[in-house]
Amino acid sequence: MHDQNKLWRIALYGVLLYAAVYYLLPLYVMVTTSVKSMDEIRAGNLIALPMSITFDAWTKAWATACTGVDCNGLSGYFWNSVKMVIPAVLISTSLGALNGYVLSKWRFKGSELTFALILFGVFIPFQVVLLPMAQTLGWFGLARSVAGLIFVHVVFGIASTTLFFRNYYVGIPDELIKAARLDGAGFWRIFFKVVLPMSTPIVMVVLIWQFTQIWNDFLFGVVFSSGDSQPITVGLNNLANTSTSVKEYNVDMAAAIIAALPTIVVYVLAGKYFVRGLTAGAVKG
Amino acid sequence: MQALRITLCAATMAVAFAANAAEVEVLHWWTSGGEAKAAAELKKMLEAKGHKWKDFAVAGGAGENAMTALKTRVVSGNPPTAAQIKGPAIQEWGEEGVLASIDDVAKKENWDKLLPPVVSNVMKYKGSYVAVPVNVHRVNWLWVNPELLKKANAKAPTTIDEFFATAEALKKAGIQAVAYGGQPWQDATVFEAIALGVGGPDFYKKAFIQLDANALKSPTMVKSLETYKRIKPYTDKNSAGREWNLATAMVINGKAAMQFMGDWAKGEFLAAGKVPGKDFLCVPAPGTANDYTFNIDSFAMFKLPNKDAEKGEKDFASAVMSTQFQEVFNLNKGSIPVRAGMDMSKFDSCGQQSAKDFQTTSKKGTLLPSFAHGMAMHSATQGAYYDAISQFWNDDKMTAKQAADKLVAAAKVQ
Amino acid sequence: MTQFNGPAQYGFAERWLPRLVLAPSFLLTLVFVYGFIAWNGYLSFTASRLLPNYEWVGLAQYETLFANERAWVAVKNLFIFGGLFIGGGMAMGILLAVFLDQKIRGEGVLRTLYLYPMALSFIVTGTAWKWMLNPGLGLEKLVHDWGFTSFTFDWLVNPDMSIYTVVIAGIWQSSGFVMALFLAGLRGIDDSIIKAAQIDGASLPRIYWRIVLPALRPVFFSTLMILAHIAIKSFDLVMALTGGGPGFSSDVPATFMYASAFTRGQMGVGAASAMMMLATVAAIVVPYLYSELRGSRNA
Repeated sequence: MHDQNKLWRIALYGVLLYAAVYYLLPLYVMVTTSVKSMDEIRAGNLIALPMSITFDAWTKAWATACTGVDCNGLSGYFWNSVKMVIPAVLISTSLGALNGYVLSKWRFKGSELTFALILFGVFIPFQVVLLPMAQTLGWFGLARSVAGLIFVHVVFGIASTTLFFRNYYVGIPDELIKAARLDGAGFWRIFFKVVLPMSTPIVMVVLIWQFTQIWNDFLFGVVFSSGDSQPITVGLNNLANTSTSVKEYNVDMAAAIIAALPTIVVYVLAGKYFVRGLTAGAVKG
Repeated sequence: MQALRITLCAATMAVAFAANAAEVEVLHWWTSGGEAKAAAELKKMLEAKGHKWKDFAVAGGAGENAMTALKTRVVSGNPPTAAQIKGPAIQEWGEEGVLASIDDVAKKENWDKLLPPVVSNVMKYKGSYVAVPVNVHRVNWLWVNPELLKKANAKAPTTIDEFFATAEALKKAGIQAVAYGGQPWQDATVFEAIALGVGGPDFYKKAFIQLDANALKSPTMVKSLETYKRIKPYTDKNSAGREWNLATAMVINGKAAMQFMGDWAKGEFLAAGKVPGKDFLCVPAPGTANDYTFNIDSFAMFKLPNKDAEKGEKDFASAVMSTQFQEVFNLNKGSIPVRAGMDMSKFDSCGQQSAKDFQTTSKKGTLLPSFAHGMAMHSATQGAYYDAISQFWNDDKMTAKQAADKLVAAAKVQ
Repeated sequence: MTQFNGPAQYGFAERWLPRLVLAPSFLLTLVFVYGFIAWNGYLSFTASRLLPNYEWVGLAQYETLFANERAWVAVKNLFIFGGLFIGGGMAMGILLAVFLDQKIRGEGVLRTLYLYPMALSFIVTGTAWKWMLNPGLGLEKLVHDWGFTSFTFDWLVNPDMSIYTVVIAGIWQSSGFVMALFLAGLRGIDDSIIKAAQIDGASLPRIYWRIVLPALRPVFFSTLMILAHIAIKSFDLVMALTGGGPGFSSDVPATFMYASAFTRGQMGVGAASAMMMLATVAAIVVPYLYSELRGSRNA
């Protein structure tokens, strides 16, 4: 029994480590390529270990690589993304929290249908909405502005934030709400004094989720921003793509890692809260 | 009093100057490396004229993302000043009624004289200039690693038969003959060079410009397709999805001997420190020495809301056609100037030959638009052609006859 | 679930407040999702090419679409990809979650490793995947260099197999997230149930299969919704990895639609394909949503 158990533990760790390799491989390729010289890459050793390490590609990607007629690297785009992502995440999360609260604790006739309608919205291919959205933003005078981009992200983020919050709030016992009612608390007071203080785990989940989605978005960024307000994914795309010029894979990869750094950091630092938040949400699911 | 008058005068001048300075927003996808440097020249020239350049750079593919961005901008009612649009797509945009005429600039600078008619016709919509050409890329080149040819005791091919003889000699010597990138546009690039070599310019015009069904199902087309497919055994099986520049790297590194590609491949050789004529050769694709398939980048001009913006637009057009810009830009990009009578002494031997052939083929009528690069047909038709050719290349069960039938069907897609 | 909408308990404001709070989101969804779907539906009956125009052509665009071989390849690929991606991602995620739940040392590190791909966009990882899967550059070459020259892994360049490479990369990206969802679910299950079953002599796999996983039904629901919408919208993934190739063998509806509407100037065909896509999704998702939501109300 004991031996069998030990064997089982070894197999367990074996599988887990094997999986870790699978997950790490692309990152390995990116990191090693980013510290190679172009000569080494041109010689065809794309996934071998680097023979010598240089960080030139990193400084170039951040500060001097061309992304258009300007050659200032990704630094400017990085801050554009920050300016866009913070309001968009906060607004869509707040709306999701309120929606989830209503849809779980203040149901009314037709509220389930409303939920289903909002939920189905996640399935709309974003390519479909580009042109009508452009027209609408044009009417509002929001075309090619950061505000317009934030608006788009909020609109199409509502479905997932609502889903997360609603499923979490379903798990909060109705008795709590009832008790608060008896104490004379109203809609808002219950939300702020009872529900919201219990929401930290799911708020973490939604913040992380929305941050990742919006930070990584390319399609909306490329279409609804212009010139000096383009987000980092567009900068990365401009840097890495060329129709007829020489490709610098090391700079491309360094740039790719820089573009992904904030989301990686968020996952590494807050990943714990992510699982914890999901756990809290799933308790009574 | 006098001082005041001068100040006032200066102030009015400043205001007048400011009123003439427009914001020129240009959508392009020259975002990296030599291309970006080339585009930066344009910015400098416009700023020297007092305009403000607003960069609208969107890279990706052959401008696919840029076109998406452009469409949404036009729909939202805020078109840029100019956008990188080429070939028949200029007509498509013209039909949508959003392009502006720049005839007065063109007349003043005598563009009709400077540009071959094949080119100027593309730049006009209903007889008016709506676009300005930037450069000329020659597409029908074959890039050769002479060292490998020497090893196999073969020579750089000038005809299709010679090409296959050379390829066979290389294969016998254990050298991969052809570096190939299996992406639809590259498939089409190679195929159009072969079809031109097999069928000649008249067949090319019928099949790819007039979309003539008889030519598309003719024995010449079947032979072109068969010849194209004959290249496959001389490529490696890993070519699918390969970027063109990785295929070029194979020629540079001596892993393969030849590559069909436009003159932008030269940039890769130069970046690797290779010398044209010595470390690598540029020869016209086999059987097409007297023909020239061109890929011309151009900027289309959009209708703008006010006079100042239009002034900026016209200055932009004029700057693009200036000898100064044409030279600097093309030296950076590896292509050649589009306007006639330029001094080519700063260009390398491949560029000089390209410029010479451009003028001679233009006179002989064998200067042909490259369909693989969006110069010959509407985008929908071109896409359908791509589909047929790529499918034929990748599907070994498909016969040349079937592929020709697919091309006939593709020609009907509008 | 008790509902609190008795007029006796509530004042007028409180009856309407919830609706009022929900209204902005509802209206935004109505206009920007359903309104745009309707607009797109209308476009699919017009002669739109480069830009939208409103000349009515009836079903012509649908006829063009159905006659297009490439469209059918895309549909077939969506089913292959969707099925394998959802099934594979789910299986992999559950497996890792169950394994990680066995009081593993270094769980935090492993969990982060499994989760990080979700943080990266395919704009970023596409090139790395392309190299690894390319037989001449990546895995196959590596194994050959080790001396096993009979090893082949050429799916990326094989028209019959290319869609499966998209599945591999897709699972890579999403299974960590599935893992997190299920791990969370597992953590929420009362340990005493498992202990009790163990005392009854049930084996561990049996306990998971018969007791634990069925208890995670809501997690399945959320995961399925998330994976399904990722599958249907997969666009970056395919563009970055295969570009729809070799030829158009790994095309999916999202890339087909994008190519028609934006690259090829066939906006009408693009709109028609988007409508077909939505109809397919609706046919699968709506009944499921209906039964799940009914279920939760009656529970």
